[in-house]
Amino acid sequence: MEDVILDVRGATKRYGGLTAVDSVSFEVRRGEIFGIAGPNGAGKTTLFDVVTGMVRASGGEIFFSGTPIGRSSIHEICRLGITRTFQKPSVFDSETVMGNVVVGAHFGSGKPWWKSLQRDPEVWRRAAEALEFVGLAERAEEISGDLPVYDKKRLMIASALASSPQLLFLDEPFGGLTDDEIDALLVLLERINEEQGVTIVLIEHVMRALMALSDRILIMDQGKTLLQGEPKAVMSDPEVVRVYLGTSADEVATQGKERDDAEH
Amino acid sequence: MLSIDGVVAGYGGTTIVQGVSFEVPAGECAVLVGPNGHGKTTLLRAISGLIKVRDGRIEFDGDEITRERAEKIVERGLIHIPQGDLVFPDMTVAENLQLGAFTKSAAKRAKARIEEVYEIFPRLLERQAQRARTLSGGERRMLAIGRGLMGDAKLIMIDEPSLGLAPVIVDEVYRQLRRIVDSGMTVLLVEENFRRGQTLADRIHLVENGEIIRSGGADDVLDDRAVRETYLGVSE
Repeated sequence: MEDVILDVRGATKRYGGLTAVDSVSFEVRRGEIFGIAGPNGAGKTTLFDVVTGMVRASGGEIFFSGTPIGRSSIHEICRLGITRTFQKPSVFDSETVMGNVVVGAHFGSGKPWWKSLQRDPEVWRRAAEALEFVGLAERAEEISGDLPVYDKKRLMIASALASSPQLLFLDEPFGGLTDDEIDALLVLLERINEEQGVTIVLIEHVMRALMALSDRILIMDQGKTLLQGEPKAVMSDPEVVRVYLGTSADEVATQGKERDDAEH
Repeated sequence: MLSIDGVVAGYGGTTIVQGVSFEVPAGECAVLVGPNGHGKTTLLRAISGLIKVRDGRIEFDGDEITRERAEKIVERGLIHIPQGDLVFPDMTVAENLQLGAFTKSAAKRAKARIEEVYEIFPRLLERQAQRARTLSGGERRMLAIGRGLMGDAKLIMIDEPSLGLAPVIVDEVYRQLRRIVDSGMTVLLVEENFRRGQTLADRIHLVENGEIIRSGGADDVLDDRAVRETYLGVSE
């Protein structure tokens, strides 16, 4: 039996008359990279919000390593080992790069807030490691608001890593990056997955990146699951092409995860 | 239509755009490409009057606009659609779009334009009475682009039109841009998605360290192997 790290059963989120997430079910296996795509407004980010505890689900159940987390608060979920990043580069602009990562490291450490009033060597070591891992160590003293977009995105990932997650949710990590930066981030995410053993769930519209990373893909449309499965099969489905891929279908058809090909 | 000559601009003590010169002839589409953080967005902000031009000269449609206020520049028909999803969260989708046609000349055509915007982005029509804060990130981006298309533009500058949009919607945005360019409008794009940008570009300018280091037709630039590998990450 496969080791399921996240089990989402019928997750639903209603805002007034609008059902943003409509009975979505999926499992994420420990160690895999799970991709989510679909039209704008399909409910992908809301699904992230529900699973990471930013908003409470209107229905359904969510289990993390067997523990129900549907009613847990955001900090409890973080300390269990789930963390996330955001579509827009969200960092504390006026804080230094190191300062940002220390917040993540402290939040994930489970220590009470007043412990943060003193410099905690363990927290700072964890933060410095995370910065080193994403390649921002030399910029530790710089003010975060001035960083270019790729560095802000890496900083957001470093802050998330500093909380020692087992499961990392990334919301459009590749948006706004140049081709070279996309290549660099692909390598970084592979390393987070393989070297740090972190399971990754990502939402992405940059098909080259989504296809290169994902072991499996879930396509959402209008709050519901349209399809899930192997990337190539999913992306060649006529309905997925119609509602989501459009002319990119040809380009996507030639892409896929190399690791997969090697296994088969 | 647009002529940039030795423009220098930046923020505080930092100079980001270090003497850029290029021209966008009427009815053409120019695309700025190059690494992030090298001044493409800052250059657009300087052109549209959102930040001060420290040196150099900008002419638009025959007049100098180097030190003009942003609202005056908009009235002249130079419309800037910035990066991101800057919309008025507590106004409805329709109200946000109306605001894109606030100049007198644009207001007259607002009715027809809003229909065009809804045609490109049917999702905005579905959500027209909703407050913008209830939209998803990608829908807000559609709204920001749609609002820019409401203006009475002679030249449209768009910062990363494909960012955060589903591929099928990017198709639609580019189809509309194609139409705009074919109808004789002048367009200046910043686009990270080179393959997309290339389909529209009459001329491509590579920006690095706040300078234009190479300009040419899309084919010329693509033919230059070093440029292709170093700046575009396109390799065989």
